[in-house]
Amino acid sequence: MTQIVLNEVRKSYGDVEVIHGIDLTVDSGEFVVFVGPSGCGKSTLLRIIAGLEDITSGAVQIDGDVVNHVTASDRGLAMVFQSYALYPHMSVYKNMAFGLENSKMPKSEIDARVREAAGMLQITDYLDRKPKALSGGQRQRVAIGRAIVRDPKAFLFDEPLSNLDAELRVTMRKELAALHSKIGGTMIYVTHDQTEAMTLADKIVVLQGGRVEQAGRPLDLYNTPQNVFVAGFIGSPRMNLIEAVAEAEGDGLALVAGGTRVRLPAMAGISAGDRVTYGIRPEHVILTDSAEGADMSVTIALSEQLGGETYLYCNAEGLPQLTVHQLGQLPIEEGQALHLRFDRPRMHLFGADGQVIANGVAA
Amino acid sequence: MADTTADRRSIAALVTARRGRGKLHWTDVFTYAYLVFGVLLMFGPVVWLVLSSFKSPAGLVEFPPTLLPLGQVSVTVEGYDDPLPLFLTTLEDGTQKELAQVRRIGIVSQMVDPENPGETIRVPIDQREPIREFRLATENYVDPLQRFNFTRYLWNSVVVTTLATLVTLLINSMAAYGLSIYEFKGRNAIMLFVIGTLMIPITVILVPVYLVVTQLGMVNSLWAVILPGAATPTGVFLLRQYMLTIPRDLIEAARMDKASEWQIYWRVVMPLAMPAVAVLAIFSIMWRWNEFLWPLIVLNRSEVYTLQVGLNAFQGELDVQWHYILAMTVVTLIPVVLVFAFLQRFITTGIASSGMK
Repeated sequence: MTQIVLNEVRKSYGDVEVIHGIDLTVDSGEFVVFVGPSGCGKSTLLRIIAGLEDITSGAVQIDGDVVNHVTASDRGLAMVFQSYALYPHMSVYKNMAFGLENSKMPKSEIDARVREAAGMLQITDYLDRKPKALSGGQRQRVAIGRAIVRDPKAFLFDEPLSNLDAELRVTMRKELAALHSKIGGTMIYVTHDQTEAMTLADKIVVLQGGRVEQAGRPLDLYNTPQNVFVAGFIGSPRMNLIEAVAEAEGDGLALVAGGTRVRLPAMAGISAGDRVTYGIRPEHVILTDSAEGADMSVTIALSEQLGGETYLYCNAEGLPQLTVHQLGQLPIEEGQALHLRFDRPRMHLFGADGQVIANGVAA
Repeated sequence: MADTTADRRSIAALVTARRGRGKLHWTDVFTYAYLVFGVLLMFGPVVWLVLSSFKSPAGLVEFPPTLLPLGQVSVTVEGYDDPLPLFLTTLEDGTQKELAQVRRIGIVSQMVDPENPGETIRVPIDQREPIREFRLATENYVDPLQRFNFTRYLWNSVVVTTLATLVTLLINSMAAYGLSIYEFKGRNAIMLFVIGTLMIPITVILVPVYLVVTQLGMVNSLWAVILPGAATPTGVFLLRQYMLTIPRDLIEAARMDKASEWQIYWRVVMPLAMPAVAVLAIFSIMWRWNEFLWPLIVLNRSEVYTLQVGLNAFQGELDVQWHYILAMTVVTLIPVVLVFAFLQRFITTGIASSGMK
């Protein structure tokens, strides 16, 4: 069981700083997912933890020891690479045994460990094959097996599922989750796919531009995003985010964007004239029958009927396209006019700096 | 697709392949003529060399030359100790008879009929033709190999080639590993420097290297041939370029797998660089086997001669023993031919990837 702590970790390539002082704690046995768009520094951060990249300043601690100058091989971590990085000239067995042979383990124990891991991952039948003769999913298992046999302090996964097809990705995702609950090790997982992050993580760390935007439990991130970026990044389809200007209206406020006005009660943090961004997830938009009590009127640009659920893509004047999610099948056609109401307790308000003002508004 | 069908094609089908299914098109004729010409151009000299290597010294200087190695038939005649050469002789009455020559005096030779040894016949030398048969002068091979220590030279050449190739592969691959796997300041500058040494011809460094070798006391030992040329810029370049294509993930995976640098080099990078290593091995074998100038300079005692230097010994100032030179040239060719035959697949890829030959 291993705790990994990052303290003010910075990384520069020449004059370009790519990691801007990250503080992070990965608790023992925790499954942490680094998620963010490409180029956000998530893979770099993982490689820093692995010891494959040096840091410019700050400290990386594993179980309380600063390991800044400890080489990758001595950190006792195992990594699963995006490309799997299986040694092409070795059989599956040799691939899995390589790390153990390097630590001078007796042959009998190597054999026992390899076979146990192979059994767990259902690759016993392929032990004599070369990686070339395996399918993508099988290679993935071998790569994971190679990590497991080492019994490492922590597992590092660098986008391990991104080379698999969609169906296999879902299967492997479930297996990874099962694996974590079975062996229970500390795991750090990098992905750009927020679905993987939501389904696998005990804790999600959202990264952007080399900074941590927010870290927390998946549903906390979903329900109470701390800034516009996290709000837009977590959740699929993404949250509708609309930039608006606050105006005084009666004893409350109105958020004006394009030709629409969304009336809100007076609240702390917003005064007339402020630029704000309000967000509402597609499933929190309510269809109303009349313009009375509705927040805006829109026309349907596209409706996707999936049978069990329906996605409506709506145009309103002066606004970006809105996504609406409804359960069941709706008799709605393209070009039709609709009235929408936003579920107030589920609305998110962000200030001009992108930071949250309120997650949920009084009705 | 093309490959699988090509594999199944028999040699007979290959050499009778033609453009269409019908009769010979003129392009078929042209193609075969061109290919036959190419075969003659390339194999003609080799075949000529091999055939000539079996000719006797007399047969070699004969004009007009014969294609096959021929030797004059001789018979043992009663009353003469040595076998006498047989000639087809035209007698004065116009009949032709096989006679053995006893001796030749000026333009007249004394002949004797093998069936009637008592009587000698005088014949002008332009009235007789030597009777010859196909005969291999194997002594061309046997003599140098037995009398002139050529087996020793052969052994020396094998030792030099094998050891030098192994040392070359080891040193070059280690240099290439350092210059491809590690990232450090000046890596490319060092590589350029290594490549730059290609521009210095061996003749320029001959004397300084000789001085170094003398100081190290290696003159007249095989190490003097093996060591100085062990690090080749072409080899480093070839291997480095190949190692650069090995995915970095593999190296990093090996690091995570607690592999030491030596293990990464020996167990991950080298096996993956095998195609390039094979190419370099072939080149090294050919370079070392054919090397002449440097061994000639540092090897002065005949016990340490390599084949190429040994061959040179037949080439005296006044007398060139062509029959031995030709025979031993064939011997020196055999290993290179074998290397080509078995490894030609690697050679073609090697030339394609490196532009060397």
